[in-house]
Amino acid sequence: MKTLVKKISPWIGYLLLLLLLPQFFDSVLAVSIFNQMAIAIVFALSYNMLLGQGGMLSFGHAVYFGLGGFLAVHALILIEFETLTFSIIYIPLVGGLFGLLAALFIGSFSTRKAGTVFAMISLGVGELIAASSLIFVSFFGGEAGVSGDRTYGPPFFGVEFFQNIEIYYLAAAWVFIATLFMYLFTQTPAGRMANAVRDNPERAEFIGYSARWVRFISFAAAGFFAGVAGGLFALNYEFITEENLNAVTSGRVLLMAYIGGLGYFIGPIIGAVVLTLMNSLLSNYTELWMLYLGILFVLTVMFLPRGFAGFIMMHQLAWTRGKLKSLALPYVKTGVPATVFLAICVALIELSHVEGEALHYLGLELSQDSGLTWALLLIAATAAFIATRKTLPQLRNAWIEANHMEDSSGEADP
Amino acid sequence: MIEVLIFATLNGLVTGLLLFMLASGLTLIFSMMGVLNFAHASFYMLGAYFAYSISLYLGFWGGLLFAPLIVGVLGALIERYGLRKVHDSGHVAELVFTFGLAFLIEEAVQFFWGPDTKNYQTPDLLDFPLFTLFGQEFSAYRGFMITISVGIFVALYYVLTRSRIGIIIQAAITHPNTVANLGHNVPLIFMLVFGVGTALAGVAGVIAGPVLTTFPGMALVLGSIVFVIVVIGGLGSLAGAFIASLLIGLLQSYAIASDVGMADLLNLLGLEFARDHPLDDLWTLTLPQIAPLLPYLLLVLVLIFRPSGLMGKREQ
Repeated sequence: MKTLVKKISPWIGYLLLLLLLPQFFDSVLAVSIFNQMAIAIVFALSYNMLLGQGGMLSFGHAVYFGLGGFLAVHALILIEFETLTFSIIYIPLVGGLFGLLAALFIGSFSTRKAGTVFAMISLGVGELIAASSLIFVSFFGGEAGVSGDRTYGPPFFGVEFFQNIEIYYLAAAWVFIATLFMYLFTQTPAGRMANAVRDNPERAEFIGYSARWVRFISFAAAGFFAGVAGGLFALNYEFITEENLNAVTSGRVLLMAYIGGLGYFIGPIIGAVVLTLMNSLLSNYTELWMLYLGILFVLTVMFLPRGFAGFIMMHQLAWTRGKLKSLALPYVKTGVPATVFLAICVALIELSHVEGEALHYLGLELSQDSGLTWALLLIAATAAFIATRKTLPQLRNAWIEANHMEDSSGEADP
Repeated sequence: MIEVLIFATLNGLVTGLLLFMLASGLTLIFSMMGVLNFAHASFYMLGAYFAYSISLYLGFWGGLLFAPLIVGVLGALIERYGLRKVHDSGHVAELVFTFGLAFLIEEAVQFFWGPDTKNYQTPDLLDFPLFTLFGQEFSAYRGFMITISVGIFVALYYVLTRSRIGIIIQAAITHPNTVANLGHNVPLIFMLVFGVGTALAGVAGVIAGPVLTTFPGMALVLGSIVFVIVVIGGLGSLAGAFIASLLIGLLQSYAIASDVGMADLLNLLGLEFARDHPLDDLWTLTLPQIAPLLPYLLLVLVLIFRPSGLMGKREQ
């Protein structure tokens, strides 16, 4: 009983969070960001089924997202012209089924091998589909894409989905269901075997499983959920273009999943939330946000190979041993100069790129022409960098101290 | 007809040899470190941009001399301080790192040089037609591109098979531990190979920049094609990369120059479809239209039927 409560309570919390979010942030911008997050979460989680759980690095996952989205928009158009009549709440399912269909076909030959061969086939297929989407205009609509209207379907308990907030609750329901099913998938024998095949395909074959078949099942499931995300995209934006199935979108989902943390179920959710926030908030402040995103990505791969989720989970041992408190002071000691250093770096980057004469940054007004400003910033950056370097050994020692066990040593500092 | 064929062949050769300059470095790096460098085409782009900036002061030839050096040093530094750190986290992390690097370099190029196309020109010295055939001119610059590419191929082949350092590199690929035991600094060799590989990509960028236009998307245009070549040729095989580069270059060039399409095929079969048929797009396809698709089609086919590539070793 107690374990059941322990198992269910995160899900209830997740559901409550999804339902209550618009109560706290009810602006139009917030709701549109939540909708983007919902799409991103499902998409990133589906990607994690491939890379995180199945060990298949895909450079073409947007294909299933995009194809699902395109069919979903076409379904919306069919509803509009009354060829079909069903409530639009089932649209993500339509997208999912088409994503599944595409994944069944492509997976039938691409999952034979994992590793580089799989990655290359996914890249090739991704480029093929993206290029043909510009050729087959009747289905993909060329560069302009296709658009539909979500308000024509029969109302769902009186809701006609005119407003974004109504779409949000629909998306939240789908996100919850999709997350739950993707989690449950990891608990099934197929999901468990996906982990085994990821770690050691040879041994998995020896106990009688076909590695290819296991990969195929994961691949098909990932295609389905990517299609669901595509369907949500179609509902939210009511249009879809070639951009949504090309390499850029495939790259973005890889970024989300990786920054969030591949080895953990919750990782891609974190990545999706962080990246969507960066995408929609940071882009208001600076046009260089893609540069910062690139820097963040490369730094994450270098210093936090297990992503944000991995960074949080690293503290589990210290937490269970009650030593988290001893880490707080060293963290502050290193964190403050490090943050200052990063902030000054951002200031330098922005200052060198600013149009016009002055940059308003954190309440300061910095002038591009003044050599003194540049000199001061550079000196401050150097000082902050030295301070970070000086305090880093203390943090490392505290870390080792907090994780030190009598018989085995803990995980190393990143 | 014959002049179309000849010019398509010449253009295919130029493209193919240019692609080989990128592919040779990529395949060399792969055979050493077992990592496919996603950012390889980004170094090609950097080569073009550095050469452009240098050419403003020192002219084209100064750019040709210095830009590849800068790119090579940058590549070596990235290997030393970036890739080597990531190496411990496994192959996927390495691949993802180079992927992120490609992303970052594209953004950095836009940061330093801006998002617009740069007016990077061919040198005046080579601004004349090399020969005129059937009334069409073949520019001396294209001849220069062919010369440089062939020269690099010969030099690379010579260094790798005949020189002492080449033999050490080859040994380090297959038996890194033995080579280390013999007193060679294997990580340093890796760094050098990475640097030389990226410098080669830089050379390709320098000479391709004026012809293929220098803009922030130029890495993306060639990046995945180079990948395709290395995989089709067989990972780690220099000869395979050479064949695949020429194959892809010629294939695309012929496809663009041709004017056959599905309509001709249908005529041949005696079939006809109404214009408003739902599959109209399919029946009106032409070969030039699907030319950009062909490399990827070839890639998928090769990977399905011969996963080790044309000249690759059999996988265990």
